[in-house]
Amino acid sequence: MSAERVAVVGIGQTKYAAVRGDVSLPGLLREAAYRALDDAHMTMDDIDAIVVGKAPDFFEGVMMPEPYLADALGAVGKPLFRVHTAGSVGGSTAIVAASHVESGVHERVLTIGWQQQSVSEAMWALSFPIPFQQQLVAGAGGYFAPFIREYIRRSGAPDDIGILVALKDRLNALKNPYAHLHEPEISYDSIKESFMLWEPIRYSETCPSSDGAFAMVLAGEKAAEASAAASGVNPAWIRGTAMRSEPATASGRDQISPKAGQDCAADVYAQAGITDPVADIDMVEMYVPFSWYEPMWLENLGFAPEGEGWKMTESGRTRRDGDLPVNCSGGVLSTNPIGASGMIRFGEAAMQVRGQAGDHQIDGARTALGHAYGGAAQFFAMWVVSSEKP
Amino acid sequence: MRDVAIVSVAQTDHRRAVPELNEVEMIQPVIQTVLEQIDAKISDIGFTCSGSSDYLAGQAFSFVMTLDAVGAWPPIVESHVEMDGAWALYEAWLKIQSGHADTALVYGYSKASPGDLPRVLSRQLDPYYYGPLWPDSVAMAGLQARAMLDKGMITEAEMAEIAHRSRTSAESNPHAQVKGSPSVDQLLAEDYLSNPLRKHDCAPVTDGGCAVVIAAGDRAREWADNPAWIRGIDHRVDSHNFGARDITRAPSAALAAEKAGVSDGQVDVAELCAPFTHQERILRNELGLGDDVEVNPSGGALAANPIMGAGLIRLGEVANRIMAGDAGRGVAHATSGHLLQQNLVAVLEGSS
Repeated sequence: MSAERVAVVGIGQTKYAAVRGDVSLPGLLREAAYRALDDAHMTMDDIDAIVVGKAPDFFEGVMMPEPYLADALGAVGKPLFRVHTAGSVGGSTAIVAASHVESGVHERVLTIGWQQQSVSEAMWALSFPIPFQQQLVAGAGGYFAPFIREYIRRSGAPDDIGILVALKDRLNALKNPYAHLHEPEISYDSIKESFMLWEPIRYSETCPSSDGAFAMVLAGEKAAEASAAASGVNPAWIRGTAMRSEPATASGRDQISPKAGQDCAADVYAQAGITDPVADIDMVEMYVPFSWYEPMWLENLGFAPEGEGWKMTESGRTRRDGDLPVNCSGGVLSTNPIGASGMIRFGEAAMQVRGQAGDHQIDGARTALGHAYGGAAQFFAMWVVSSEKP
Repeated sequence: MRDVAIVSVAQTDHRRAVPELNEVEMIQPVIQTVLEQIDAKISDIGFTCSGSSDYLAGQAFSFVMTLDAVGAWPPIVESHVEMDGAWALYEAWLKIQSGHADTALVYGYSKASPGDLPRVLSRQLDPYYYGPLWPDSVAMAGLQARAMLDKGMITEAEMAEIAHRSRTSAESNPHAQVKGSPSVDQLLAEDYLSNPLRKHDCAPVTDGGCAVVIAAGDRAREWADNPAWIRGIDHRVDSHNFGARDITRAPSAALAAEKAGVSDGQVDVAELCAPFTHQERILRNELGLGDDVEVNPSGGALAANPIMGAGLIRLGEVANRIMAGDAGRGVAHATSGHLLQQNLVAVLEGSS
């Protein structure tokens, strides 16, 4: 079976902020959707199906909000589909949208990921006790901190690697006008002096809580070429998509470098013909909500041998002038509307290979990896996009 | 298009409440059964997709734990929709159509019993205008039934007949929760629950779930003597502005039925997800099903309504009848949102 070729031909995002009180929930989504449609030189009438994704409905207090949003998204009379796969959902949603086109069933699909986190308190929404289940305790940071400590113990990494990641990503965010956090005064010392939240994660090494939405238009080969001819912007061709899941608790499971992440990377690289990830991939948008996850994912994704991811970070290889730029947009550390965060990674990768990333563009980026993870580091979604048609 | 079929179906014995089990414990035997029926293991499955709702579970990321019921180790290719399992089946069908998988496990489940379901469902309404009024799902459906009565589309006696027929049919369904019915006259003598709806007009509150295996081509023929081939499947949504549209219609159901090819052949059986008696009439109209079509021989949602699984069960019930040789071609329907706002329609067919 050979699937239909699929490309990203339209990208739009909102300005991210702690509170986007100037728009309603549908208004927030339409801000991103219209920008993506404009970019694709299409209108809502051109769209065959809409695929949306977001993290828990409790965050906005609307149960399964997609029927409510049907009118605002131009979905009336069309298929409207809702994905939810924890923190990886933005990436999974993009993959499900791609599946709509790859299958040959639909030609032009609008996909949107969002979260309006200002409506609730994410940390405590994730922390309430449930009978029979392990309690998360004090939000995601409290859950992931022990894994990070174990990574530091195993790898012998110096204790300031997290500071270097946070400094890099927050400085990168200054070149991204949509990023939530713009902190021109940030420095190594200011991060080091920020208060410790969950040892070893400091306040400035953790993601913010954001309102925002990200949208893309995906199209089959013919529609993609027509759109590119109209817009004058090269499509980002999807060269591979992969998803993997593993249980939160399984004997033999390694939470530090989960097998699901390794398998997912191997799968997406095989589809995209990538044999040497560092050489074959020009830039990565990686899901790093806590600074130390950059070196951890560098190893999990095969960019560095086990225990040596931190050396890539320390030597500056993941900076925008390094040989493997990571999170030129500022990443999750600078912008985190949870349900959109994965799609932002996928979409920023597509923006890079389309040459439309503005001030944070990596010159000559042709192949990029978008990465997202969720749950207890157990759900993974990845795609490889390229300026070249497969 | 690849030929894709339902080859195995399993469901819980549906109950009003299953307080002694959590969701993992409730759905695990169903997943085990659906695989055992075809001598398959999770390693034989190329893609897994489930449907459930955090609002029903009362917990963020509730679906994460049910991965334990699947036995997702080593890691599996897996996804989840915050929709009825019927839409999880749609995602799996797309995955197989795109060539990324040949087989898929699909499941949908919920425990509605811990909450006040009609009030919980009111949280699915627009949060700025409808939501703050807390209109519960039964009151919403009552408005729809009233509009139909006023237009002469149905009578209260006909609604009671639908309830009586469904629950009488459910007597032969070993999984059904509500079986058997008083006479239509006795039903009509009951008080209103939410005028013009009486208790018999409403689906029960149910804890339960369903699992299905689908497979492409030869793999389907290996796993089933008579696979239930998915000849068409489509879903559509209508406007949420209930005050601005005719709520006695469900245009999205008609459109999905047209795209799925319902009228391209004879319909031997139809399983329609109508949680309220009057909604069966709307769906019959929109799907163009004549009076000769047997509807809901399982008893339908009126006999058991595990939300998030009830639509997938409709697909499973039609598939079972085809696989058993009792029907040649059938139609299955799933719904989401209030007042049949979002609808999925599938056409299933045997080989002969």
